[in-house]
Amino acid sequence: MLQTIHDLYDELERHRVMLSFQGPLSTDLITALLGAVERKMEGLEPDQRTRRRVFNVVMECLQNLFHHNANLTIHEGTTRTTDLPHGVVMIAQADQGYQVLTGNFMAGADVERLKGHLDRINALPPDQLREFYRETLADGTYSNKGGGGLGMIDIARKSGGKLEYGFVPYDKDKAFFSLNVNVTN
Amino acid sequence: MSALILEGSPKTPTVNFDPETGFLELRGRSIPENSIDFYKPLIDWLDKYGRSPQPKTALHVQLEYFNTSSSKCILDLFKKLEGVRATGNEVTVLWHYEADDEDMLEAGEDYAGIINIPFKMIQIEEVDGGEQ
Repeated sequence: MLQTIHDLYDELERHRVMLSFQGPLSTDLITALLGAVERKMEGLEPDQRTRRRVFNVVMECLQNLFHHNANLTIHEGTTRTTDLPHGVVMIAQADQGYQVLTGNFMAGADVERLKGHLDRINALPPDQLREFYRETLADGTYSNKGGGGLGMIDIARKSGGKLEYGFVPYDKDKAFFSLNVNVTN
Repeated sequence: MSALILEGSPKTPTVNFDPETGFLELRGRSIPENSIDFYKPLIDWLDKYGRSPQPKTALHVQLEYFNTSSSKCILDLFKKLEGVRATGNEVTVLWHYEADDEDMLEAGEDYAGIINIPFKMIQIEEVDGGEQ
């Protein structure tokens, strides 16, 4: 076990991992993770714009994990701790900028719609992405989470690159969604 | 009606809405998970204010960060003010952004392109009120 810890340390160090977390997410935990990211970035990244963009992307990704999560089920009005949204997040330094990786279980029925949304975003150059953001903001439709489809567009705008994603079928109702966002400086 | 004053937190902005002067202010960070809960009282307040507004209303927005969940709610605030303007009152949004924060300037321009209220983009040195 002690050797495992050393190996883990080496592994995290080699991949220049700033933060990684796997488990149930509460709003307080999201606040704490964001605080940790902000402090680490202040020491690592001299460019304020990059710091802000990474913070923004991490925030949107964590809130996506929190809201769009197949484990978030309420049993007759009482949420049990095991029903908190589960996710995995890893933030690492890359050759040019930072990588924000997140993963969570989602409803299998939503996979096609999300895939379509991501493909549409990835096909747009920056000026059209901005236009898509404006249109989505202006059209006034809300999801019950409040964002109404803006989150991924915003993540793509802040990233400046394409969103890398994957879906792995889990069972008849669920799929595992993974997202890799590169924030380049 | 009374002023709406809310102290900022690590995830919610400082709010200062004064019905006597028409000075409205939103400052700090707006990144709560449930933005609709936070913004509901602000929208309700503006709804009431709109029934007997000051001849001049100025909303100062000075945000360091806001999430996409807040962005629709902020649009709703602007829409309420659009209504105040439509009844013949002067309404201005003063959108503050840090000198090197192009993204925040763009965000202001995005709203200005959607909302029928004059926006003034104001470049500042540094946004305060974030960390409480």
